[in-house]
Amino acid sequence: MNIDFTDEDRAFREEIRSFLAAALPADLRRKMIERRHLGKEDIVRWQRTMNARGWAVPAWPVEWGGQPWTPTQRYIFQEEMALAHAPEGSPFNVNMIGPVIARFGTEEQKHRFLPATANIDIWWCQGFSEPGAGSDLAALKTSAVLDGDHYVLNGQKIWTTQAQHADWMFALVRTDNTGRKQQGITFLLLDMATPGITVRPIPSIDGIRDLNEVFFDDVRVPAGNRIGEEGRGWDYAKHLLGHERSGIARIGLSKERLSQLRHLEADMADKGMLDDRECARLRRKLAEAEVELRALELTQLRVVAADAAGGGANDAASILKVKGTELQQRMTELTLELAGPAGLAVPGHDDHGDDRDLDPADGQGWIAAAAPYYFTMRKVSIFGGSNEIQKNIIAKTVLGL
Amino acid sequence: MNFDLTDEQRMLAEMLTSFVADRYGFEQRLAAMGEPGGFSRARWQELAELGVLGLPFDEADGGLGGAGIETMVVMEALGRGLVLEPFLATVILAGGALRIAGSPEQKTARIGAVVAGARIMALAHSEPHGPRHTVERIATRAEPAGAGWHLRGAKTAVIAGATADEFVVSAATDAGVSLFLVDRDLPGTVVTPRRGYDGVALADLSFDGVVLAGDALLGAAGQGSAILTELFEQANAALCAEAVGVMADILAATTDYLKTRTQFGVAIGSFQALQHRAVDMLMQVELARSMAILAALSLDRAPRERALNIAAAKAKIGQAGRFVGQQAVQLHGAIGLTEEYKVGHAFKRLTAIDALFGDADHHLDMIAEAGGLIPLG
Repeated sequence: MNIDFTDEDRAFREEIRSFLAAALPADLRRKMIERRHLGKEDIVRWQRTMNARGWAVPAWPVEWGGQPWTPTQRYIFQEEMALAHAPEGSPFNVNMIGPVIARFGTEEQKHRFLPATANIDIWWCQGFSEPGAGSDLAALKTSAVLDGDHYVLNGQKIWTTQAQHADWMFALVRTDNTGRKQQGITFLLLDMATPGITVRPIPSIDGIRDLNEVFFDDVRVPAGNRIGEEGRGWDYAKHLLGHERSGIARIGLSKERLSQLRHLEADMADKGMLDDRECARLRRKLAEAEVELRALELTQLRVVAADAAGGGANDAASILKVKGTELQQRMTELTLELAGPAGLAVPGHDDHGDDRDLDPADGQGWIAAAAPYYFTMRKVSIFGGSNEIQKNIIAKTVLGL
Repeated sequence: MNFDLTDEQRMLAEMLTSFVADRYGFEQRLAAMGEPGGFSRARWQELAELGVLGLPFDEADGGLGGAGIETMVVMEALGRGLVLEPFLATVILAGGALRIAGSPEQKTARIGAVVAGARIMALAHSEPHGPRHTVERIATRAEPAGAGWHLRGAKTAVIAGATADEFVVSAATDAGVSLFLVDRDLPGTVVTPRRGYDGVALADLSFDGVVLAGDALLGAAGQGSAILTELFEQANAALCAEAVGVMADILAATTDYLKTRTQFGVAIGSFQALQHRAVDMLMQVELARSMAILAALSLDRAPRERALNIAAAKAKIGQAGRFVGQQAVQLHGAIGLTEEYKVGHAFKRLTAIDALFGDADHHLDMIAEAGGLIPLG
C-alpha cells in the first residue's frame, strides 16, 4: 500500500493548477470564495473558457470533447477545480445530458447537441420530478402521446432548477400506463420555446429564484427528439445518475471550504471579533470536521484507486454521496456560525447572480452570503436521490437487508 | 496510490483469519479468559509458531522485518476474534521500546524469547491519580544509586501486567522521564492482578525501592517521553486496526441478526428504521477502515505528519467505535446486553480502545491546537 500520487499524477496536477490560476477571472474567483450566487453569464463565460482549453467535459467520450484521463486524474482535476475556486460547469449539461446523448443518442443527435452542450450554447434543464413523483420518480405521470411524427405532452414538472435560463429540457415522460411503472417511461428532448410550455418560478429559502414549475399543455415534440427506444427512458436515466464516482464525495469543495474557514477564523481573531473561548470552540469544531473530511478523503481515494485498477463496485463507494453531502452541509453550518449576527443581513438577487460590490479590499462579502449558502445547501442531501433513499439502496445492495 | 495488500500480506491475513476462525470462537475465548493470567498460553505459542510475534522486529534481531501494514493486518484479524493474548503489550509496546531504544545487549537478551513466545513483556506507564494522557508528568521516580537506580512508585492498568516476566517502566529522573527494564521478581515489586471490563488481563504494580542495575536503563536518561510518544503512536495505529476488525465483525453479526430475527411475523431487517441504523454502522466502519490505513501508512512519515495523522485516525476510530458498538447492542436488543453473546464483549472492547492512549477528545484537542492536519499528497 502507499498513499502517494505518482510523479506523473503530480505533474498533471501542476498542469491543471497553473492553467486555472491564470485563466480564472478575479471577479469569478472572488464570488466563489465568498460563496455568492452565480448568474447564468458567470457560468457560461467560464464553461467556454474551459471548453476552449478542452477541459469542459473531460468525462465524455474523447471524440466528443472528453479527455482520456485515468480515474485518479479525474479526481485530481475535480480537486484542483475546487481548490482554485473555479465554478463547475452546468451539471445538467456536463454530467447529465451530455453523457446520455453520447451513449444512447443517434449520430444526428450527437452532432446536433453535443458540441453545443459542451460549449453551453444550449442551456439544459432537467425535467424529472413531478408533484407526485419525487423519491418515487417512476410514479411520474406527464403523458406523451404519439400523434403522427410528434409526441403530444400534457402534465407538469416541478423543482426544475434554472428552467428560466434553459433553451432545452431533457425530460422523462410516460408513454405507456400498462406494466411496471418503470416501463413505459420515455426520454425526450424538448425545445423550451415550443408553444404550450409555461415556466413559473418558485422562490426558495435562500432568496433565489432558481427553482421552477414547468407546465405542458398539448406541447408537440418531434419523435426524432426521443433518446433511444420508447419505454426505455428509465434505463437511460439510471445511467445519467450513476456513471461517475471519482468526484461524488466533493472532497475538493469541502477542503477548500475548510481552508477558507481556518483563514476567516484567524482573520476574525486578529481583528478582535472572536474572544479566546470562541476561538477555542471554533478551532475544535474545525478539527472535528477536518478529521471527518480526512476519513472521507481516504475513502474516496480507496474508491479511485480501485477504479484505476479496473475494480468494480465496493462497499466504500456506497457511502460517498451521503457522507459527502453531510460534510458539505457541515461546512455551511460552520460558515454561518462564524458569520454570527452580522450574517442576518442578506443581499438581494436577480438573474445576474449576487453582484454586490466586489471591492477586494473589503473581504467581508462572505458574511452576507453565509446564510443563503447554508439554506441552499440543504438541497444536496435531497436531490439526486435523497440520503434516505441512498440508505435504502445501501441496505439492500450492500448489506442484503 | 495503491490500497491493495501484497500477495504476502494477503497470505498473512488469510492465515490469521483462519487462526481466529478455527481457534478463537466465542466459547474458546471464554475458556481462554478463565485460564491463569487471563489468556491462553497455548494460543500464544501458536501465534509464535505462525511467526506473528516476530513480525515487527528487524531480521537482524530475529524478527521478520514487517512494517505498519503487516501490523495492521495482524491487529484487524485479532480484533475480529477479540483475541486476548498480549500482542499489543508484548510485541507493540514493550517490544517497540526495545526496537526504538534498546542496546544490542538488551535486544539480544530479550527479542529472541519474545518472538518464540517464551517471554511476556509489558509497558507500565499509567499511574493511579495521575494525569490521564501524559508522557511527561510522572510521579514514579528513579534515583541514582551507585552504578544503578532505586525505583519507587506505582502503576495502574498495566496490560498483561499479571503475567509479564518483565516490565518497561516509565519513571522521572533528574534528566527527565526515562524508561527502565524491571524484572517482576525483583524484591520490592508487587503485582496485583486486575481484570479490564473488556476481559483483558491487567495489573497494578508498586515499586518500593526496587534496586535496578545500571543496564536497566532503556535508551538515554531523559529520552523516555520521546520514546513513549512514538510508542503510543504505534500502539494507536495498531488499536485503530484492531477496532476495524472488531467493528467489521459486529457489523456482520448485526446484519445476520437482522436477517434471521423475526418479530411481527417478518425479519426485523425489513424495517427501515433498523436498515438505516445498520447502514450508518457500515458507513462508520468504512470511514474507520480508511483511517486505520492512514495510520498504518503514516508510521514512517516525518514526526509532525505522523503524529497528526495518527491523532486523526484515533479520534475518528474512537467516535466510530462508540457509535458502532452502541448500535450493535441496540439492534440486537436484550441479547446484546448479555455476557453470553459476543456482541456485548465487542462493545466493551471498542469502549476500551477509545480510552487507551488518548481518547477521541484528547486527539481532537491536539489537532485543534496544532492548527489542523497536514494535507495529503
